Amino acid sequence: MSIMEKQFKHIQAAHCENGVATSLLRYHGLQFMTEPLAFGMGSGIFYLHIPFLTISNGPAITYRSMPGWIFSRTCKSLGVKVHREKFRSEEAAVKFLDQKVKEGVPVGCQVGVFNLPYFPPEYRFHFNAHNLIVYGKENGNYLISDPVMETVTHLSEEDMLKVRFAKGPLAPKGHVYFPEEVGIVTDEMIKKGIIKGIKRSSRDMLHIPGNIGGVAGIKYTAKKIRIWRDKLGPRKAGLYLGQIVRMQEEIGTGGGGFRFLFAAFLEQAHQYVKQDQLLELSEEFTKAGDLWRASAVNMGRIYKGRLNEQKDFEESADLLIQISDIEKQAFIKLSKIKLD
Amino acid sequence: MKKEELPQDESALASMTKELMYVKDKDGKYTTDLSTGWDVKKQALDNAWDDIKERTEEARIAVKNGEKSPIYYFMELRLMDFPVLSGYTGFWAFTIKRHMKPNVFKSLSEKKLAIYAKAFEISVEDLKNFKGSLEVDSRQQ
Repeated sequence: MSIMEKQFKHIQAAHCENGVATSLLRYHGLQFMTEPLAFGMGSGIFYLHIPFLTISNGPAITYRSMPGWIFSRTCKSLGVKVHREKFRSEEAAVKFLDQKVKEGVPVGCQVGVFNLPYFPPEYRFHFNAHNLIVYGKENGNYLISDPVMETVTHLSEEDMLKVRFAKGPLAPKGHVYFPEEVGIVTDEMIKKGIIKGIKRSSRDMLHIPGNIGGVAGIKYTAKKIRIWRDKLGPRKAGLYLGQIVRMQEEIGTGGGGFRFLFAAFLEQAHQYVKQDQLLELSEEFTKAGDLWRASAVNMGRIYKGRLNEQKDFEESADLLIQISDIEKQAFIKLSKIKLD
Repeated sequence: MKKEELPQDESALASMTKELMYVKDKDGKYTTDLSTGWDVKKQALDNAWDDIKERTEEARIAVKNGEKSPIYYFMELRLMDFPVLSGYTGFWAFTIKRHMKPNVFKSLSEKKLAIYAKAFEISVEDLKNFKGSLEVDSRQQ
């Protein structure tokens, strides 16, 4: 009798949560898993502009769904049972993680990046929804697979405790999670999970109530951009645009505010769901992603100080309206495709 | 975005990793490629840091002029805002705002000062004695 020893393999991803999901599921034998599939089945694509709230003194905008949802939804679709745990006591959190390490179970950890030593200082903000995998311990250091990195790294016990117990909004509270039970996953299940992911994303982007989320939310941002210059002054308005670009393009999105990742998902979905319209719609989202990039370039000209007239802000807003329309049409088509 | 269009500009991230991006290959299929950075992003991040430095400098001057307590300065220095500092100290935002008044700050107990000092990762002495001077700079000279 041969016992196949499971070997943890580091996989680099665009986004941390997709990456953790992909690596952990592959470790548990689901070799078909890819970042775009995890992202799509977990309905990661989204848009939300929260009014009256500022983050790091800029607008609160997100291009993706709530932290944790991608992993939960993807696992649920595949019948994978997930164990999650948060801790009130630091000692209990350390004990639990060390026990899992001893058992040889790779574990997903939610961490804050402010005290993450291997991040460049320029990127260390109080952002508490970063994800990484602990896959072992050596000489008192945790062995870390951070999905946004090319290679594996490590963290001291002290640093690990700090990042697991970072405080503020979305505080991780020592949050750990890992697949507990992975059964047999059939192609039919994958297909169903893909369809579910597509339907849910279409619903989120088209029918979320109010005017601040989904494709309507993109228009809401456009409306705000038109008044920022008068309301906040050219400098601060420029900083606000900079924040939009950072949310949209900074490490973790795969470019174009996750739109390229979603387009890649639709392309891969076609392997399981034979419906050629998926490929056409993948093209539409590539186009949307390209426009998001063009919009970033446009905003960049403003905050670099080369252009800073009201008409330049109007131009940026117009681009967002165009993007909103393209995505709206694409999601309508997507929601109407006969998939089963 | 086509693979050949993927920017390879300088960025602060380069010291840690190249980042993975989703791009189209020459057959129009999605693939991934690594990028060293993008100037458009770098500029946004640089601007954000200029803003942080400016805010910190304004906070320092406010402490020096006796308008604010050191808590205000260290909050800015540590890139915190009220929700974050609230999380680290357990104090409500309006309590923290009160503690930012120089007179109230003077009457804070050692226990409360210790909570702030821990949140800012400094000593209680450094917190109490901060008068808004450029101590760090003068030490470097």
